Amino acid sequence: MTTVASRELRDGEVVFVGIGLPNLACNLALRTHAPSLVLIYESGAVGAVPERLPVSIGDPALVTGSLMVCGMADVFQLFLQNGRIEVGFLGGAQVDRYANINTTVIGSYAKPKVRLPGSGGAAEIAIHAHRILIVSKISPRTFPERVDFVTSPGQRVAKVITDQGVFERDASGELVLTALYPGVSVADVRAGVGWELRSRPALDCVEPPTATDLRLLREVLDPQRLYLKG
Amino acid sequence: MSLKDAVARFVHDGDTLVIEGFTHLISFAAGHEIIRQRRRELTLCRLTPDLIYDQMIAAGCAKKLVFSWAGNPGVGSLHAFRRAVEGGKLELEEYSHFGMVARFAAGAARLPFWTLRDYAGTDLPRANPRIKSITCPYTGESLATVPALNPDVTIVHAQRADPQGNTQIWGLLGVQKEAAFASQRVIVVVEELVDERVIRSDPNRTLIPAAIVSAVVVEPWGAHPSYAQGYYDRDNDFYVAWEAISRDPAALARYLDEFVYGIPDRATYIEQQPALAKRLTARAQVCAGVNYGF
Repeated sequence: MTTVASRELRDGEVVFVGIGLPNLACNLALRTHAPSLVLIYESGAVGAVPERLPVSIGDPALVTGSLMVCGMADVFQLFLQNGRIEVGFLGGAQVDRYANINTTVIGSYAKPKVRLPGSGGAAEIAIHAHRILIVSKISPRTFPERVDFVTSPGQRVAKVITDQGVFERDASGELVLTALYPGVSVADVRAGVGWELRSRPALDCVEPPTATDLRLLREVLDPQRLYLKG
Repeated sequence: MSLKDAVARFVHDGDTLVIEGFTHLISFAAGHEIIRQRRRELTLCRLTPDLIYDQMIAAGCAKKLVFSWAGNPGVGSLHAFRRAVEGGKLELEEYSHFGMVARFAAGAARLPFWTLRDYAGTDLPRANPRIKSITCPYTGESLATVPALNPDVTIVHAQRADPQGNTQIWGLLGVQKEAAFASQRVIVVVEELVDERVIRSDPNRTLIPAAIVSAVVVEPWGAHPSYAQGYYDRDNDFYVAWEAISRDPAALARYLDEFVYGIPDRATYIEQQPALAKRLTARAQVCAGVNYGF
């Protein structure tokens, strides 16, 4: 998932980075095909070059050596609302048929079964970043027909990158399967999604990570396996 | 002024209280002192409640929480918060980060509300009726609005201040400037008290001026387990450990007994944990400096 996400980033783009796999994907892109990628964190670090994997989005390593540090009013007004962010990464407890994301509650808002953290910057990132990439593992719990709460609307979602395949929105806004990982069948993916998932007629095959990708991820970017499994 | 005196004098039962700092410079020392003084019925406001509000909720200080992201950053859930919400025991007023930032900006500018292009297509306005919209008088566009947030008291941790309260911060700046200017009273807690000449030697670094500061408190390591850039690193191990502590109400109560109720102040908290300094003290990385001459 990390290498697939990293290939979506183009050199010179400005990307709003989350923690976890998106952070790994951005740092991988920076060290391979996109050396001029500009990483912005909602905490205010612009052009960050974290020398260790940040555990939180406000890690001190994001500040050291960055190009700019600004207050959060500037992050949201001067960068995001101004339209300067090309790519935003989002994840969620639930992603639905129309790529809406829920990070707020499972169950009803007034009496939640599970109270999740909430939006953070996700609502406005979904509205203002030009392309949204969602990175999430496949499971029927994660991909229901409808989310319980729309934290972030899906209209700017470019791709949903899962551990089995890639989804994109069709003309009606519905997510359809467009690419499969090697060895994965359409039936496998459909079993992990809570609606009648349609497929694009000609499915792409996802290229596996290169030896360089794997070396960078395992030896340089996440040697302690904070986010990488296996 | 001691933190004990500052909290006794400026933080009252029923106040709307802000302890700001986005991951960086969160005043755990002040939060612990408020727990020790058993303040009640507080409306706690912060973008990210973090461990400090989880502890204050567990200790019974909070009536209501105003927030935008309530998780344990990089780890998972805040379990005292979740128990309170899932048990219907805590009133919530929920925004996104931009919404909270905009509320402080309006409060700081003494405007009744702030406009932002946000929330279209989300369920947040249904969950929080205080998120409204307005038609722009110039373009006709519909824009979201959020009401000003003017706290009774804001507490900010900082690297240094002079005795009058001119306060300098570097590293992540969060919304501390807006929160302080929006507030009726401001308590500044610092790693170091410095001479006014130090402040004057680098005025661009001053975030909060003495004119809006009610009290200056010196409390080294007062942000731990949060961090102070250039002083000490974030205690990520403690944030990870909080998962198990906060999941178990009995373990959480033992934590509060040992590290909050059972000690008089932050100096004792640090004396009790001599390994912290060795593990977390920041290495030096000093900037080149600038020429302020004319």
